[in-house]
Amino acid sequence: MEQKLIVSPSPHLRSGATTQKIMLDVIIALTPAAIASCILFGVQALILILTCVGSCVLAEYLSRRVMKRDNTIFDLSAVVTGILLAFNLPVTISPLIAIFGSVVAIVVVKQMFGGIGQNFVNPALTARIVLMASFPAKMSNWVVPFWYRIGNPDAITTASPLGLLKQGAADQLPNHLDMLLGARAGCLGETCAIALLLGGIYLIVRKVISPVIPLCYLGTVAVISLLAGRDVIFELLSGGLLLGSIFMATDYTTSPINRNGRIVFAVGCGILTMLIRMFGSLPEGVSFSIILMNILVPHIERMTRPRPFGVKKEKAKKEGAQE
Amino acid sequence: MELAFPEKPFKTHGGAHVPHRKNTAQMESAVMPPPTQVIIPMQQHVGAPCTPLVKVGDEVLVGQKIADSMAFVSAPIHASVSGKVRAVTQVMLSGGQYVDALVIDSDGEMKISPEVQPPKADTRESFLQAVRESGLVGLGGAGFPAHVKLKVSPDKRIDTLIINAAECEPYITADHREALENSWAVLSGIYAVKDMLEIERVIIAVEDNKPDVIETLRKMADNEKLDPGNHVRVLALHASYPQGAEKVLIKSCTDREVPMGKLPADVGCIVMNITSVAFLANYLKTGMPLIKKRVTIDGSAIQYPQNVIVPIGTPIEEVIRFCGGYKAPPKKILMGGPMMGIAITDDSLPIVKQNNGIICLDEEEARLHEPTACIRCGRCVSGCPMHLIPTMLEKYAEAKRAEELQEYSVMDCMECGTCAYNCPAHRPLVQAIRLGKALVKSAGGKK
Repeated sequence: MEQKLIVSPSPHLRSGATTQKIMLDVIIALTPAAIASCILFGVQALILILTCVGSCVLAEYLSRRVMKRDNTIFDLSAVVTGILLAFNLPVTISPLIAIFGSVVAIVVVKQMFGGIGQNFVNPALTARIVLMASFPAKMSNWVVPFWYRIGNPDAITTASPLGLLKQGAADQLPNHLDMLLGARAGCLGETCAIALLLGGIYLIVRKVISPVIPLCYLGTVAVISLLAGRDVIFELLSGGLLLGSIFMATDYTTSPINRNGRIVFAVGCGILTMLIRMFGSLPEGVSFSIILMNILVPHIERMTRPRPFGVKKEKAKKEGAQE
Repeated sequence: MELAFPEKPFKTHGGAHVPHRKNTAQMESAVMPPPTQVIIPMQQHVGAPCTPLVKVGDEVLVGQKIADSMAFVSAPIHASVSGKVRAVTQVMLSGGQYVDALVIDSDGEMKISPEVQPPKADTRESFLQAVRESGLVGLGGAGFPAHVKLKVSPDKRIDTLIINAAECEPYITADHREALENSWAVLSGIYAVKDMLEIERVIIAVEDNKPDVIETLRKMADNEKLDPGNHVRVLALHASYPQGAEKVLIKSCTDREVPMGKLPADVGCIVMNITSVAFLANYLKTGMPLIKKRVTIDGSAIQYPQNVIVPIGTPIEEVIRFCGGYKAPPKKILMGGPMMGIAITDDSLPIVKQNNGIICLDEEEARLHEPTACIRCGRCVSGCPMHLIPTMLEKYAEAKRAEELQEYSVMDCMECGTCAYNCPAHRPLVQAIRLGKALVKSAGGKK
């Protein structure tokens, strides 16, 4: 043959999936909630999202450059982190604080541990927790929905529904319909349940995420609140639970790789969330629950290793016990 | 009937929906005229290579045995054309190793050897001897000598014969055409094996993307005259790669899992490729050994994709010329399908017994993808039919950790490529796993 042939190991066919396409799907899934946040909280919400996305991408680009690694901004994972970070902030926050959060998420949590696939905790959630510890007042400065239409500045600030519950002001809670549509105080992207569910269904249909983690997480919360005699629908729709269970707990890097591990992980998230909500001093516990379970992922994976084909169940158990 | 037939396939884990690309499924196979020269490698099977029984200058006839081995795991080789042995040369096999090969100049007459006589096969012994003499090896691609597979040790009871017509590799339709063009032989071969090995149940397993095959074979299997005891049934399997892999197939058909390092016979099954049983029927009738093969020639670089019945030893380039040549410069040529086939260096290599397809890819399709970082999406784990964790195996192979590789059952991987197919980061998972297996072997690890 005059022409040289490529000799490479099998398989010679690829599914066509790429990291970039997956991240693009996540961005598409986050879009309804982003639009909802702009409607509910005004143009400031859009500015905050763009600030976070821009600063995350820039932080990714610069840190990879300084570390003399290849440029990875086109895998779009930094865009996803930016949107998620913005979704976890109150609309009143200063853009400078948001940029600080972006740097924490991308540089400290993600790139310093080796970049995409290597961080052991969720970057956006960790950044949120760092900001909560650094700027506690600014991070819980909630405003009422459609505040930009209200003339009287005194009528703008309010407490989040879970905050109201913690204060014992249950009579001031928004009704279920308002909770579903997102007409309540809270972080940018967490309030509109309908938009988040829409995004979740999109991700499941596109097979980007498996429904195991959201269903087990939400299911655990529902069961515990039922047993504790709390309002199940309110618990499911409040706080960052939907955002967390659909978009953050399903983060590939920081959740278990196998199905049984995902069940353990998600149930753990649900239990911790309810423990914090019922007994903690903080009103909401989704972020802490997910981060705590993130840290346990390697152990969960070891515990729930799948039984290889052809290994008898009893034998696999015995071997597991020996380890 | 003691053993019931499954109504529908049993559940298996993982797999991938690979594109079918069965472009040649509805085309009658073409018969290639004898080439001017054939190159017949002395190893066309798993096991010991053969030594030539003829020397340079000898005249040979079609079907004449020209090479054999004393080893048990081996299969004799026969002349595929009549003519003169011109030389003994060395050829590189698809795996990269060199073996001796006989070069035979064809006289174009295809004179049949007087050796070619219907064999005596009325006892199990003589049947197995006949299978050996036929030169049959697993025609699905594995190339395992058939007489070795069928010689089951007496302490193992075989209750199920599974005929593998899954053909889950994209492009390849050689078995599909065999089932349609040679269906009587399929049933006749099945009955020969079933009667000789006293097997009570035969399941012909076909992926449901071949409704014409299912219908044709069902018509025969349900015919009281052709299958009087109702021992043979067709089972439609979900078209999901790697459905035709032996262990996956056994699970789909019987719900039995072949334990690690064991054989199908250990769970009472024998799996034979559909073309293998059909060949056996023809051999028992005519005595003509394995000298030709139906090969699917396809891929984006081929002018006229089709199935071609080719004398063994024909250079690949001749077969491609028969198919109208290349319509685009080939960038990658595969022996076998795109999932498990081997990329070869040169199209002058000959067609061997277990070839079922030659796939030629143009520049666009042959393009290699740069790997990016693993994002731990889990697609390799959910796709693995052996329930392994390919991404962990890759990491341990890179770190050269033989102990962990063994703990994570690296040796159970059958290299079907589902993990790498699914991987959005284009990780070289199969390559890493092969390295991992070599590491475990060189560490002298126990199986």
